Amino acid sequence: MITEQTGFEIISVGQGKMSVGLQGNWTQSQQSPDFSQLRAALDVNSVQQFFISGVDLKEWDSTLLAFLLACHNYCQGSKVEFDVSGLPSGAQKLLEVATAVPIHIRPKELSRFGLASLDPSGLTRAGIKHLTDSLSFVGEVSIALTKLVMGKANTRMVDFKVFCYAAGPEAFFIISLVSVLVGMILAYLGAAQLLQFGAEVYVADLVVIGTLREMGVLMTAIVMSGRTGAAYAAQLGTMQTNEEIDAIITMGVSPIEFLVVPRMLALVLMMPLLTLYADLLGIIGGGIVAGGMGISPLQYINEAENVFSWVDTSIGLAKSVIFAMLIAIAGCRSGINSGRSSEAVGQAATQAVVISIVYLIIADAAINIICQQIGI
Amino acid sequence: MSSKAKAHIEIRDLTMAYGSFVIQQDLNFDINRGDIFVIMGGSGCGKSTLLKHMLGLMAPVKGDIIYDGVSFVSASSEQRDKVRQNWGITYQSGGLFSAMTLAENITLPLQLYTDYDRAEIASIVAYKLSLVGLAGYQDYFPAEISGGMRKRAALARAIALDPDILFFDEPSAGLDPISSRLLDELIVQMKESLGATVVMVTHELPSIFDIATNSVYLDANTRTMIDYGNPQELRDHSDQAVVKQFLARGIEAAKNTMGSKRL
Repeated sequence: MITEQTGFEIISVGQGKMSVGLQGNWTQSQQSPDFSQLRAALDVNSVQQFFISGVDLKEWDSTLLAFLLACHNYCQGSKVEFDVSGLPSGAQKLLEVATAVPIHIRPKELSRFGLASLDPSGLTRAGIKHLTDSLSFVGEVSIALTKLVMGKANTRMVDFKVFCYAAGPEAFFIISLVSVLVGMILAYLGAAQLLQFGAEVYVADLVVIGTLREMGVLMTAIVMSGRTGAAYAAQLGTMQTNEEIDAIITMGVSPIEFLVVPRMLALVLMMPLLTLYADLLGIIGGGIVAGGMGISPLQYINEAENVFSWVDTSIGLAKSVIFAMLIAIAGCRSGINSGRSSEAVGQAATQAVVISIVYLIIADAAINIICQQIGI
Repeated sequence: MSSKAKAHIEIRDLTMAYGSFVIQQDLNFDINRGDIFVIMGGSGCGKSTLLKHMLGLMAPVKGDIIYDGVSFVSASSEQRDKVRQNWGITYQSGGLFSAMTLAENITLPLQLYTDYDRAEIASIVAYKLSLVGLAGYQDYFPAEISGGMRKRAALARAIALDPDILFFDEPSAGLDPISSRLLDELIVQMKESLGATVVMVTHELPSIFDIATNSVYLDANTRTMIDYGNPQELRDHSDQAVVKQFLARGIEAAKNTMGSKRL
């Protein structure tokens, strides 16, 4: 049996007509020629008709059709008549289907990446747009909250309870772990310095003030932004994908009242409670380290009691309420504005966490500066 | 390879259940090579569940599914992957990867299972997209095109490897009549050129009568198949009233399927 090489052969050229015969098996496993080889042989200036014959063609699959399509598009582009009547009827039919719809040409658009994205005026505009959008979102939330107070909002209290449970008790484990360890870290950090002056007992002061004013609430907020803020963004983003938010709007219900308000209220209610819990565990964590340094529990508690102040505690709690709002706003806004694909939902969740952490740190710094200025 | 006379896909004593809730039981039928086979039935009768079993996404409680004489249910996961390479599947909502462009979606199976080089893959991708009427849409993301185009793009990905069996879950659901007819024609065209067997779940009557060569009717009340055969013949000569009514869009069939829902 003669094995024929896969390829094509020029049968005749002349009088504006060129004939080419295909040979062998044009299948996936064979090394078949690239269209560029044929293009080199095809002189479009002198040839008006291009005939392709399949007499010596054995088996074929998509490899052949991909080749033929490239021929067709090239011939069409250079106004050469492409004659496929010599090919197997199956291939002719498929080529007919493949060429039934003209090639779509994508309209030019500005690239999203590259140097254009570093343009300062563009960045400023994007920043301002983000700010105004966030503010208008806050405005809508405020209107919804006012309506809620007046008893006119479409907010389901059942949802509120579910979200409270998800944002509160279900977060106990991670909050416990994080706050005990942060309390211990704070104590170690201070102990190393205080030991030099023989003032180890003041570890309690450091831990208590640090935890109440700052670390308890900040660590809770960061955990909650990753845990609950991202969850809100993913839930609302999936609802957007599923057209659930469209359904809510067309039922005449504001998605802010129906979806954002219960989530935000749940977080605002739960965050101060979690913060108090985190404060307590942080102080206990500090006590464990202090115990290891030879300070008796009684001494530690005594010192902690001396330094404890309601002002510090309430600053921490006030922060927690503000942080809760910021996390809920960042999470829900990213979710509601999410695109409608799995990738977009992922982006929304990422954005929610990034934005809420930025908000948290800026707000924390601002509150600390204000406290410093007014002397509390 | 087994003999051509033997059925391409055989379903034997198949029982499917979610937990203790039996969806369908004692299914026995053959799908022959070159058939366009339709799985029909009212909503909730287990059509999609049957397809999931055939694809190996769910395991049957009892019975076997046999491809080319080889049991699929008792196959190892490597053997299953091997069998699956000869399949093209489109899912109800397309199943395109939203983070990839259409070209990347179609490139993926070609990269995984063929030894084409980069240029060849690009020309094959262009050809497959042209076949479904999406030439030039290589660099679009699934989210940027319409629902009907997504269905066709999913078909382009399904046929990337010139499969032996094409599975469709509600291919024309949500398409306008013209697009859905074009899609039907495309399915027939694919079947003829690839010599493939087509298995589809659908309840679009026009498409059932236009292209199906064989079918099975799953009944939600008796929880088993009550009829098997060419849908046109079933419409005219079935001795099952429910099947006749279903195919003639009868009211009784609708009542029956509604009544069978667990409330």
